[in-house]
Amino acid sequence: MAKDYVKKPKVMAKEVNLYYGDFHALKGITLSMEENHVVALIGPSGCGKSTFLRCFNRMNDLIPNTKVTGLVMVDGKDINDRGMNVDQLRKNIGMVFQKPNPFPKSIFENVAYGLRVNGVSDAKFIAERVERSLVQSALWEEVKDKLKKSAFELSGGQQQRLCIARALAIEPSIVLMDEPASALDPISTAKIEELIYELKSQYTIIIVTHNMQQAGRVSDKTAFFYMGELIEYDDTKIIFTNPKNTRTQNYVTGRFG
Amino acid sequence: MNPDPAKIHRRKQLSQRLVFALFTLMSAAIVLVLVVILGFIVVRGLPAINWGFLTKMPENGMTEGGIFPAIVGTFCLVLGSMIFAFPIGIMSGIYVNEYTNDGPVKRFMKTMTNNLAGIPSIVFGLFGMALFVNGLHFGDSILAGSLTLGLLVLPVVIRTTEESLKAIDNSFRIGSYALGATKLQTIRRVVLPMALPNIITGLILSIGRISGETAPILFTVAAYFLPKLPHSIFDQVMALPYHLYVISTSGTNIASSRKMAYGTALVLVLIVLALNLLANALRRYFGKKVKMN
Repeated sequence: MAKDYVKKPKVMAKEVNLYYGDFHALKGITLSMEENHVVALIGPSGCGKSTFLRCFNRMNDLIPNTKVTGLVMVDGKDINDRGMNVDQLRKNIGMVFQKPNPFPKSIFENVAYGLRVNGVSDAKFIAERVERSLVQSALWEEVKDKLKKSAFELSGGQQQRLCIARALAIEPSIVLMDEPASALDPISTAKIEELIYELKSQYTIIIVTHNMQQAGRVSDKTAFFYMGELIEYDDTKIIFTNPKNTRTQNYVTGRFG
Repeated sequence: MNPDPAKIHRRKQLSQRLVFALFTLMSAAIVLVLVVILGFIVVRGLPAINWGFLTKMPENGMTEGGIFPAIVGTFCLVLGSMIFAFPIGIMSGIYVNEYTNDGPVKRFMKTMTNNLAGIPSIVFGLFGMALFVNGLHFGDSILAGSLTLGLLVLPVVIRTTEESLKAIDNSFRIGSYALGATKLQTIRRVVLPMALPNIITGLILSIGRISGETAPILFTVAAYFLPKLPHSIFDQVMALPYHLYVISTSGTNIASSRKMAYGTALVLVLIVLALNLLANALRRYFGKKVKMN
């Protein structure tokens, strides 16, 4: 049998339009992503990159008066299909937000939360998974002696890694990150970036960032958004050294945006 | 010519001090009013209070004996109205804040709740008499009185619940949904535990309000003189606020009941005060447990 040289896309968007009421926020976006890649979404504020990110786990559903057209496929399935189980979809797609938002529970319970709401009750399994997730998110050494303490006692950077652990605990195959380091100091930011690099082997990661260097450092591919349109999507190296579109070039070199 | 900076500085300082003094004075006045009222009741009421006063039936045309049946009656009414109003109020508060988007439904619910809160309590009393006492044939009873008081306090419960839920930042809900939690799971496991301290405080304050209400029980449950304890929810009871009203205005011998009246007032005030302190203690306890900071 002939081997597939082009990998099947893990995530695919085709002609995606999104409206907030009358506002046309995404205009015919088409792009696809391979498994175990990190894709960075960049562009000036309000360009639609975060909105696009939220299309993949249907978080836009939570915003009233939102309408989506076009096709969004995850693992070959149309996620906007009527029969789609949204809770199941979100279990399969982890998300990390701009501002760390741990629950007002203990460190342990924060990580266990996703398992519990998805029906896992085996204490031993939960304990193992919590430990593994905290190890994966490089937080275990710092918190292993205070798992019962409130998550609010952690620093901002630790809280964000806790939120990553929380997302990893339910074994998603895709992780969405919405400016995960923008509220953090440089050291915490470096830790998060290192983490993204580590996680790449097991997860497909889509990251929204305002930080050009960050996009350059962590991603395989970069998509540049402007005013709701996808201007250019290519290998990160090309986007940052030899973009085809002048607007992309102006943005990545800091001439506007 | 430029104004003299030193002069401006002096003028600013002066207005600062004036306003500060005024605000301090007003706050002090409020505290003073409370202290005077409490002091007045304590000084007049304390001599009346002893073990017999709290545990005996009223005697000799309510000029002697105790107020035990009124304490029990008020307790029954508070309990009855809680059982009725809390579940309904909390559920509808959750509905309004968590399940409706900003739109006509939410606006309608809010307007209705506000209007309900604005109805004078005597009107609730009349309504309770018409519906529960006569319409549903509950008669003058604990059941009718509790339902009427429950209606009265319902808007407070709804608003308290709604405001407490509204104060919870949306990022917690979003974070929960993103992990595959359903709306119900999110409310039960994240939102409600966070809102609980505030809800409980509001509920206990509403109990304080119920225990002091007179008008709604006037035509629905309160007995003028009934020196025995209730046996079922269809019995009438005496109640502290109504008892106070009776022995102050239409007792057999108002002058000699005076001491009893102040004693009754003091007991009522102490109950409300104790509930408020309990509200604070529970709030602090749950606040620590949920670790909001």
